[in-house]
Amino acid sequence: MNRRLLALLLLLVGIVLAPQVLQPFHVTLLNYVGLYSLVALGLVVLTGVGGLTSFGQAAFVGIGAYATAVVSANLGLSPWLGLLAGLGITLVVALLLGLLTLRLAGHYLPLGTLAWGLALYYLFGNLPMLGGFAGIADLPYIQLGGWTIDSASDFTLIIGVLLVATLWMLGNLLDSRQGRAIRSLKEASGMAEAMGVNTMRSKLLAFVLAALLAALSGWIYAHMQRIVNPTPFSVTMGIEYLFMIVLGGAASLWGALLGAALLTLFKQVLEDVLPQLLGGGGGTLELIVFGVLIILVLQYAKDGLLPLLQKYLPSPKPRALDLHDAEPLPRREAERLPSNQPLLAADGLVKRFGGLVANNDMSLAVHAGQVVALIGPNGAGKSTLFNLLTGVLPPTSGQVFFKGQRIDGLSPRAIAKLGVSRTFQHVRLLPGMSVLENVALGAHRRGNAGVLRALLRFDRAEERRLLAEAARQIERVGLAEYMHTPAGSLALGQQRIVEIARALCSDPQMLLLDEPAAGLRYNEKQTLACLLEQLREEGLGVLLVEHDMDFVMGLADHIVVMEFGQRLATGSPMEIQDNPAVLAAYLGGVE
Amino acid sequence: MDATIAAFLLQDGLTTGAIYALIALALVLVFAVTRVIFVGQGDFVVFGALTLASLQAGMLPPTFWLLLGCAVAGCVLDCAIAIRHQHLWRLPRILLNYLLPSTLVWAALSAFDLKNLPGLAQVALTLLVVTPLGPLLYRLVYQRLAETSVLMLLIVSVALHIVLLGLSLLMFGAEGFRTEALSDVALTVGEMQVSLQSLMVIGCALSLIIMLYLLFGHTLYGKALRATAFNRNGAQLVGIPTRLAGQAAFALAALVGACSGILIGPLTTLYYDSGFLISLKGFVAAIIGGLASYPMAAAGAFLVGTLESFSMFWASAYKEVIVFTLVIPVLLILSLKHSHSGEEH
Repeated sequence: MNRRLLALLLLLVGIVLAPQVLQPFHVTLLNYVGLYSLVALGLVVLTGVGGLTSFGQAAFVGIGAYATAVVSANLGLSPWLGLLAGLGITLVVALLLGLLTLRLAGHYLPLGTLAWGLALYYLFGNLPMLGGFAGIADLPYIQLGGWTIDSASDFTLIIGVLLVATLWMLGNLLDSRQGRAIRSLKEASGMAEAMGVNTMRSKLLAFVLAALLAALSGWIYAHMQRIVNPTPFSVTMGIEYLFMIVLGGAASLWGALLGAALLTLFKQVLEDVLPQLLGGGGGTLELIVFGVLIILVLQYAKDGLLPLLQKYLPSPKPRALDLHDAEPLPRREAERLPSNQPLLAADGLVKRFGGLVANNDMSLAVHAGQVVALIGPNGAGKSTLFNLLTGVLPPTSGQVFFKGQRIDGLSPRAIAKLGVSRTFQHVRLLPGMSVLENVALGAHRRGNAGVLRALLRFDRAEERRLLAEAARQIERVGLAEYMHTPAGSLALGQQRIVEIARALCSDPQMLLLDEPAAGLRYNEKQTLACLLEQLREEGLGVLLVEHDMDFVMGLADHIVVMEFGQRLATGSPMEIQDNPAVLAAYLGGVE
Repeated sequence: MDATIAAFLLQDGLTTGAIYALIALALVLVFAVTRVIFVGQGDFVVFGALTLASLQAGMLPPTFWLLLGCAVAGCVLDCAIAIRHQHLWRLPRILLNYLLPSTLVWAALSAFDLKNLPGLAQVALTLLVVTPLGPLLYRLVYQRLAETSVLMLLIVSVALHIVLLGLSLLMFGAEGFRTEALSDVALTVGEMQVSLQSLMVIGCALSLIIMLYLLFGHTLYGKALRATAFNRNGAQLVGIPTRLAGQAAFALAALVGACSGILIGPLTTLYYDSGFLISLKGFVAAIIGGLASYPMAAAGAFLVGTLESFSMFWASAYKEVIVFTLVIPVLLILSLKHSHSGEEH
């Protein structure tokens, strides 16, 4: 049995046994911790992992609670229909809000969530149907088969089971194709798009998932309290959910549990102790102490308290993967191009940034089985040209063709899908993720397992194939020994090679490499040159930007020289070396 | 609704709008310099109004104790750092920097018969007490985190707001206050009454907005502050003291907040927790300005104020719902404008 399942099992046993040991009051407290944990778990995926901050989770808890209150208390229907209604409404609301706000840069989302959190709170308090600020009372108990869930220990059982199941499923999700996409959102969404990840979809997925978990928590909360009013769904509570994960450790699922437990217990202790200490005004002081605590945690333990505890646990061993019998992924159909048609062609590309002309009338062509090098002094516009070719920037005018099809104006994701893959001048790996997982991100487009399969672990066969492909590419570029090392701990040159493996993982026909040899030692360069020669023989087109002239001259079939955004010269390595204009640009002209 | 009511609502809306404009302005200012989304801005409004109220009641304002507490905490922190680095020669300067202002404020507060001071002197004292809180809070809360992400800073801001909220309740209690108006003259223009206080609010807000606009757009000092926001390291390299820039931004924010409180105090009853909603409405306005443009933020604020005042008339229970829902279409427009969203924030 692996470590994760063991921990989950221990947690489940602990929760189930807790009511036998604890006093009733503490059992109730434990139930609250469980309910808060459910919300906080969603928030870990959304905020800690995905980097999308929400202050509005309490409003989703409220939707879950009010939906079931209306259905079960006002309409007299089954609480299970209430659950369905709550999840359904939450789904719709979250999709709408997500589509509206997730597109925005970092800080607008939290502000947006703050605003609709408030709007929903006042809506709860003012809709006559929802009983105003007095709320809705006398909710029925939940019936499960013949079992009425009415005592605190019954709730402990159901909350415990749900909590453990959620932990398991979210753990599965993060360790999957979809999970890798979510994990790339925070630091490298542009790279993920270039690898074929639909980042908007991944954001929406994380957002909706977190909202649904909040609504689920609200459903149980409503039937546990048996009365629903707006107070527990205010923005203050939304803020507290966020504090929980900050306190516990926003980047890990267990951090959510730790944070929820610490915060709940801490509040309880403050409520008990402070009034005795200072005589009255406990609620006020609670706020103050609480806020100060959060500020101190952020100042001195930015990653929360869980990492401090984890130092005392043995660190997990990298899991041994046996991927050799995994069936290879299907490859792209290699259609034959007419021999004179280039794979990738740029025609008269112009890019202006305001008054600055970064690229002016740039044309080039790369044929299948050809290595073309783009050289030129710093600031010549090489990276801009790369960005025009890969769809990161739209050209001001001019056209780009891939296999005869116009691709200028397409998104980087669409271009990646056609078979163009790239590396970046400034390495964009996820430093905390292993090399294997980083490279597997390149194969994202080649899998199709969705969220449900990932949550329930039905995606393992495909996942093995993806990881096997990643492992194969890592071996191919000669980094097999670093497969399970965090990518951030590799030397910069090696990280560039990891980027090449990641690009190869997408089964490209055209490879764009931005300074692949920078930071490599001599024999590493030799290995890279061999790899590129091998790719050329396989019929790939390679376009590379490089400053190392020995490397370029020994490898490239064709060279394009840029200066001041324009094409200065083009030809074979021999021709370029003798071209007076090129010599002038590189060595200074003869006056 | 007839024209008189509409005119009255408009006047009311423009007055509150002016306050939101000031808040929006302070938010934009703080964000532009420090990347902090300063949720506590509204708390300064409350501090301003309630400090003035306690001065008018002839009491030593409780915010003074807050000032003293922050000053002592900052002093201890900096002394501890100086001692740890064995820079003992810096100690006298640190003590002087932190403790002298509070001592002077205390001297001023105890020297006068607060209740019978002229209104403007009370206002000046209020500003003296509240304004230094800005840089002190920056020192205590944000300075150590100046390099972290906007999101981290936002979470800290929310935590700080909660602390200020608790302190506010502790200092002023749960009941509301309304300050005495600086002027109770009302002018009659045609059919309607225009209170001088409203005109003053709008006038002060507009002149503050213009001053800040000029400061940031057309002076070297303002440009230095903006450079800090754009690229901290770069600004540091060309010799801008980024730490002081942060403190200056917070001092301005506290000043603007206190001014807003003094202006709005006679028009509406403020409670210890009124700050949050005021902040958020300022945010809505600032968001309309894209957190970057002062004139747009000001325009947004007047829109929010007017909308609030009219929705109060038509559907008073839903006024907050309406105001905060306004954010959504605004965000939609912004998101359509930014459809090529930038990389890694």
